[in-house]
Amino acid sequence: MREPEISPDGAVRVGVYICHCGTNIAGTIDVRAVTEYAATLPHVVVARDYKYMCSDPGQTLIQQDIRDHHLTRIIVASCSPLLHEHTFRAATAGGGLNPYHFQMVNIREHASWVHEDRQAATEKAKDLVRAAVFRVYFHEPLERREVPINPDVLVVGGGIAGIHAALTLAGARKHVYLVEREPSIGGHMAKFDKTFPTLDCAACILTPKMTAVRTNPHITLWTYSEVVGVEGYVGNFKVTVKRKPRYVIEDLCVGCAECIEACVYKAARFPDEFNLGLGKRKPIYLPFPQAVPLVAVIDPETCIEFKSGKCKKTCVEVCGERNAIDFTQEEHTETIEVGTIILATGFQVFDAKRIPYYGYGVYPNVYTALEVERLVNASGPTSGEVVLRDGRTPKSVAIVHCVGSRDENTNRYCSRVCCMYSLKLAHLIKEHTDAEVYNFYIDMRTPGKGFEEFYNRVAEEGTQLIRGKVADVYPEPGDGGRLIVQAEDTLLGKVRKIPVDMVVLAVGLEPQADAQDVRRMFNITCSTEGFFLERHPKLAPVNTFTDGIFLAGACQGPKDIPDTVAQAGSAAAEALALIDAGTVELEPNTAYVVEEACSGCKTCVPLCPYSAISFMEATQKAQINEVLCKGCGVCVAACPSGSIRQHLFQDEEIFEEIKGVLAHA
Amino acid sequence: MADPAGKPKVAFYWCASCGGCEEAVVDLAEDILKVVDAVDIAFWPVALDFKRADVEALEDGALAACFINGAIRTSEQEEMAHLLRRKSGVLVAFGSCAHLGGIPGLANLFDREAILDRVYRTAPTVDNDDGTRPQVRAETPEGRLTLPEFSDTVRTLDQTVEVDYYLPGCPPPVGLIVDAVTAILEGRLPPRGSVLAPDVALCSECPRKTTKPERLLLKELRRPHEVLMDPETCLLAQGLLCLGPATRGGCGAPCVSANMPCTGCLGPTSRVRDYGAKALSALASVVDSNDEAEIAAVMAQVADPVGTFYRYSLPASLLRRRARRHAPAGGGVSS
Ligand SMILES: Cc1cc2nc3c(=O)[nH]c(=O)nc-3n(C[C@H](O)[C@H](O)[C@H](O)COP(=O)(O)OP(=O)(O)OC[C@H]3O[C@@H](n4cnc5c(N)ncnc54)[C@H](O)[C@@H]3O)c2cc1C
Ligand code: SF4
Ligand code: SF4
Repeated sequence: MREPEISPDGAVRVGVYICHCGTNIAGTIDVRAVTEYAATLPHVVVARDYKYMCSDPGQTLIQQDIRDHHLTRIIVASCSPLLHEHTFRAATAGGGLNPYHFQMVNIREHASWVHEDRQAATEKAKDLVRAAVFRVYFHEPLERREVPINPDVLVVGGGIAGIHAALTLAGARKHVYLVEREPSIGGHMAKFDKTFPTLDCAACILTPKMTAVRTNPHITLWTYSEVVGVEGYVGNFKVTVKRKPRYVIEDLCVGCAECIEACVYKAARFPDEFNLGLGKRKPIYLPFPQAVPLVAVIDPETCIEFKSGKCKKTCVEVCGERNAIDFTQEEHTETIEVGTIILATGFQVFDAKRIPYYGYGVYPNVYTALEVERLVNASGPTSGEVVLRDGRTPKSVAIVHCVGSRDENTNRYCSRVCCMYSLKLAHLIKEHTDAEVYNFYIDMRTPGKGFEEFYNRVAEEGTQLIRGKVADVYPEPGDGGRLIVQAEDTLLGKVRKIPVDMVVLAVGLEPQADAQDVRRMFNITCSTEGFFLERHPKLAPVNTFTDGIFLAGACQGPKDIPDTVAQAGSAAAEALALIDAGTVELEPNTAYVVEEACSGCKTCVPLCPYSAISFMEATQKAQINEVLCKGCGVCVAACPSGSIRQHLFQDEEIFEEIKGVLAHA
Repeated sequence: MADPAGKPKVAFYWCASCGGCEEAVVDLAEDILKVVDAVDIAFWPVALDFKRADVEALEDGALAACFINGAIRTSEQEEMAHLLRRKSGVLVAFGSCAHLGGIPGLANLFDREAILDRVYRTAPTVDNDDGTRPQVRAETPEGRLTLPEFSDTVRTLDQTVEVDYYLPGCPPPVGLIVDAVTAILEGRLPPRGSVLAPDVALCSECPRKTTKPERLLLKELRRPHEVLMDPETCLLAQGLLCLGPATRGGCGAPCVSANMPCTGCLGPTSRVRDYGAKALSALASVVDSNDEAEIAAVMAQVADPVGTFYRYSLPASLLRRRARRHAPAGGGVSS
């Protein structure tokens, strides 16, 4: 065993502090008894109990004792290290000791809060304190390492979340790489006409922000691009981005659309992605009129030149001297270095075909809400006219809430925005068509600023609000072409069958289809529903478990635009806080290879979840990059010859702790 | 300590062992002559006709060095260990059994009653209708006969007497024996309690090391008779459970060179407290699956887990033996 660090007079001198935490601890544990017991343990010089150790006087107590009693180790038995380890380490350092000569014992979450038997809880607290006393003897002084933070930021996803985060960061003159998978930024919001609850025009508030992204010198915008590789750690990530060819040179295209006009296809013939197939586009197209960047894209799947090589290329002709069209473009990758990353990859809507009895994809007059967003949109496929696929204007419309939400068979969670957008669509449909609108809801959820007022307004406008889960949608007998929506009205207590011309399914919000791949690539975690998991639901809502990677918007869970923007701002602020600090301190509880002991068996190399271990050809031994190491301990446990050790978790420390906790047995 | 001719006195003794360690001494070949030349062998029951009384007659500490092989299972072995300890300057636990308990130590999966029952009653080859059992003491017309007592648990040498050094291996490799003897004769010994072998695992000296892949993850474990082995590739990479990564080197990898995975006879490095637990944890780490059922299926391919991971070290492990309260009375115990 190694010799412990000792005080100038040659001894390990331990101070033990038992916290009452008001009555949180003292209510269940006899703190006096624990303190008296602690005083009898080896090397303990001072043992005290105090009402609130985390308070200023509590911390001062420690520091005074360090001076008066020449303490070399400090133990505080109180709450969870998650809460106050930092506080007491700082207090220990303030008293002139190395902060890692401090050890925390959790007698609140581990004893007083989980037991009722005062006697037994007190005995358990003694065991835990004894374990710490045994352990601290072997503590060594450790240094935190500082690494510089690259001030550049990567934002993945150019929906409103990514746009807002990027603009905030650029406003602080930080360089941002904004990577968007589609040919234009804007995300879902770009598809909406109006937004609840204020009914302001989505384009009016979004387009200026999109243009600002385009013109901001601090933002590098890469659309039609995807992140394909991430290496490194907080402050120093290396990211590989795949850039798909759009066959139109971004810097040369002016977005005049003459090529589209000139295309050999006289009429638009192919389903238009942005309009969810409700409209048509040509092989060369602009995603939508406000697209940013406003640059044409060629779809090689439908372009004749790509298919046969024999097109007249009227597009190239008309582009003329601008020479923006380039059929030889190829996919390529770029590598960038950034210090922080914000994930803002958003959501996908629930696939309504998964609930067959709603008839989506079977009856042409069943639509998803997102499709109707396009129909009511002035720049949509019908120029804002709500018309059915056969051109008729619906006289009655049913909006079905909770499609793919709050449902045992699909998603159990509430998608949070559907009640509100369904009310919005009810209002807009009424406004555009004067139709009779029926909203079928399970519960009306309108918790938000101005939401309840909006609900009242829509109700007053005459929308029929029917409380009942729709059980079936089927054609009305005869050839009227109407659909019957059947639901049990739980307020009237009877089944209602309402014939309508159009059914709108309020589809829920789901994680992106590739959320798991993205999660793995960025080394973060997902909640059970598959949305990216925040570090703490209340106290760290935009942080992830990987330092330097933050979340914004619906990729973290369903939310509306106000919440999305708030979260995006918060993610940007978290990134800025790191950048502004300039460096990050890394915890010293890292693993290290005892070089002369390592046999080079390579067992550890593939195990590290942070890729911190490499095999050095020259020495034929393993090496751990201490900056990458998170101290998870996997390699330490796995090293078959015990040649990997870990600071703060040395064998001696752990075995002594075990001995201490079991010493009464 | 030295005899009149000035040669240091040395003793060899065996306890619960197979005799292989004695072979190893003989295996020193011409080197043994050097040893014989340099020392005066005062006691070596296998080869020389000295009796216990001769040892008792020695002054305490008269033996410069004593090498004891074998684990401690009987009262006689225990007595001899104490006697030789008293008479010796340097006491060396020689071979896996004295060092860690060795193969005889696997008997700790059973207790005395179960073993005697098997050997004197239930084994298919036994013909013992009278149920005769060996007795510690028996009165016969010719006088009183005594036998050593058979203990419940196999112990290592250092669980019985204080040990100064360990020569690991089943049996210890010749090179290590020569180095140890030379070091003792020249008085160049490492700190007391050391294992007289390199403290780095076998992979470091394995001829197959360079073929071991950097990312070795296993989905299947195979046993030597199931594989047509490649003579050059790392055995673990061929799915064979080679314990080289967990085992002290110093043997020169003869088993691995002969297409036999390392079974761990040199025991753990000084940094590992429980060889079997460490080897198991290392193996568990490289199983390439996150699916519980699949992991269980891979691990089930280890035919005899205790006999594999604790083959040489059960008595020295944190487990030491099977808990007695679970041993069915008189019945066989399987693992
Ligand atoms: C029908 C409907 C109506 C709604 N109406 C309203 C409303 O009126 N008011 C309101 O407040 N909220 C409304 N919402 C909610 C609103 O859509 C969300 O709050 C908002 O879109 C969330 O923004 P986001 O940026 O997080 O995600 P998204 O808008 O989904 O944007 C994500 C972006 O990331 C891109 N992306 C995804 N994966 C990757 C990747 N791997 N690499 C690069 N880029 C990627 C996507 O292409 C997309 O551009 C509505 C939702 C629906 C479904
Ligand atoms: S402790 Fe964990 S993070 Fe650190 S090197 Fe080992 S496996 Fe990697
Ligand atoms: S695992 Fe076995 S065969 Fe492979 S390098 Fe190590 S000792 Fe050699």
